Amino acid sequence: MATLHHRWRKIKSSIISALCLLCATIVIVPLAFVLFDLLKEGASSLDLSFFTQLPKPAGEVGGGMANAIIGSFTLLGLAALVGVPIGVLGGIYLSEFGQPQFNAVVRFAADILNGVPSIVWGIVVYAIAVVPMHGFSAYAGGMALGFMMVPLIIRTTEEMLGLVSNNYREAAFALGIPHWKIVLHIVLKTANKGILTGILLAVARIAGEAAPLMFTALGNAGWSHKLSEPISALPLQIFTYFKSPYADEKRQAWGASLVLVLLAISLNIGVRLIARTRAPHLTK
Amino acid sequence: MTKDTLAPPLKTAPPPPSVPLPPAAGLVTFDVSQLNIWFGVNQVLKNVSLKIPSKAVSAIIGPSGCGKSTFLRSLNRMHDLVPAARVEGRITLFGQNLYDDDVDATVVRRRVGMVFQKPNPFPTMTIAENVTVGLRLNGVRKRNLIQERMERSLRMAALWDEVKDRLNANALSLSGGQQQRLCIARALAIEPEVLLMDEPASALDPIATAKIEELILGLKKSYTIVIVTHNMQQAARISDLTAFFYLGELVEFDKTNRIFTNPAKKQTEDYVTGRFG
Repeated sequence: MATLHHRWRKIKSSIISALCLLCATIVIVPLAFVLFDLLKEGASSLDLSFFTQLPKPAGEVGGGMANAIIGSFTLLGLAALVGVPIGVLGGIYLSEFGQPQFNAVVRFAADILNGVPSIVWGIVVYAIAVVPMHGFSAYAGGMALGFMMVPLIIRTTEEMLGLVSNNYREAAFALGIPHWKIVLHIVLKTANKGILTGILLAVARIAGEAAPLMFTALGNAGWSHKLSEPISALPLQIFTYFKSPYADEKRQAWGASLVLVLLAISLNIGVRLIARTRAPHLTK
Repeated sequence: MTKDTLAPPLKTAPPPPSVPLPPAAGLVTFDVSQLNIWFGVNQVLKNVSLKIPSKAVSAIIGPSGCGKSTFLRSLNRMHDLVPAARVEGRITLFGQNLYDDDVDATVVRRRVGMVFQKPNPFPTMTIAENVTVGLRLNGVRKRNLIQERMERSLRMAALWDEVKDRLNANALSLSGGQQQRLCIARALAIEPEVLLMDEPASALDPIATAKIEELILGLKKSYTIVIVTHNMQQAARISDLTAFFYLGELVEFDKTNRIFTNPAKKQTEDYVTGRFG
């Protein structure tokens, strides 16, 4: 009797763990598919000309995506100029200075902003930047991506600062150090790797966005010489090329997709490396 | 020579700190009267009045939750950092009320140093940087002054010989007892007039504890020391005076040997003889 009961419990246990294993595997499978497909279709397109040449006119074979690659990095840099200061300072405010009621409002707003569809950001920036400036530009694209980064960075910065033990703040206060210097020289210094991690993850998150750029950066078949001109970006180029009837452009779209995914992977690996060197003091 | 390199002293003329104070002969560092402290609706300290003498060790004892840490932290205005805390009453430091409107809490904290229960050296800094951080972040720039003060503070904290060859090592590479002495050196480096210690040895082993106690006995020649302790033997060993707190009230404050051998109050006797708490 007892052994029968025992066996039934063991069976139940293995059913549940098998289900969990199955679901965990389901997470890995799509990633494997994505990587496999991209490598199969795209790897052959990644030659020197892909990284060094401009796109050829429609229908011609060859050319590359040098302008889209540089454009993407330009846009990410502009986005960081908007998103990092606002996000980090906002997160510092929430963690170190804010009053509970106001903080609750800001957090709620940040969570809502996080859920705003990326194409809506494109439309908003079109209205507030493209229309007044009479034209699509890298500035507008960077602004749209930067706005998307803000809520992400605010929340991760706040969380990372929250992990800094209050013992250190108290020790610093007891030395008669002014509040702002404590935040700058002690709290931020203790949490800097965590904050950098948050920034990199936010960059990885926006690097592949096409929708916010469609009505802002627009895209450009050649080089853009000024930031006030339309600029190309990898996601925009993928979007254009994948719709194209020409096989050579489709092939390059696969290559560009692979580059974007590799960029995301390397940002995530970078985050892991930073997190690994994170000192033990951050575990409360 | 050094006080003016920090901040100005309390606004309404306290005694010049550089004047050497006469030994304990009746000189009062803190005069606390009618101190009441609330956290939200909870009254944690009730009508506490006492005078803490200069250049002596005063120990605060009592069971957990009796308000002894709360009392200690009122002496350097740490409660300012807790929005729900409310402090009423007077605490004067050499005659100047610490809670007057025109008194800057950061200046109070430079004059009243504090060492905490858990050693808390700053993890991103070296041993040397930990000692000098209070000077550097309070605007002292003279390198040789900083250097000189670092060595002196480490010597006073009886740590110099152990760390002089690795001043640039991370502070967390020290043992727990060394870390606590580093925190004492850090507090001493800005030359406070008082040292508050909140159970400074409770996280340490007996040998490290003995070192800290020895250190306290040496420091009382130049500092007023107020120490909260859970350990009654420790209070008996190192303090000149002992205050017994119970349920937020000061039950008795007297010479340590009286508190432990012939207390005036029955509650004190029950506590020090281990009948409760």
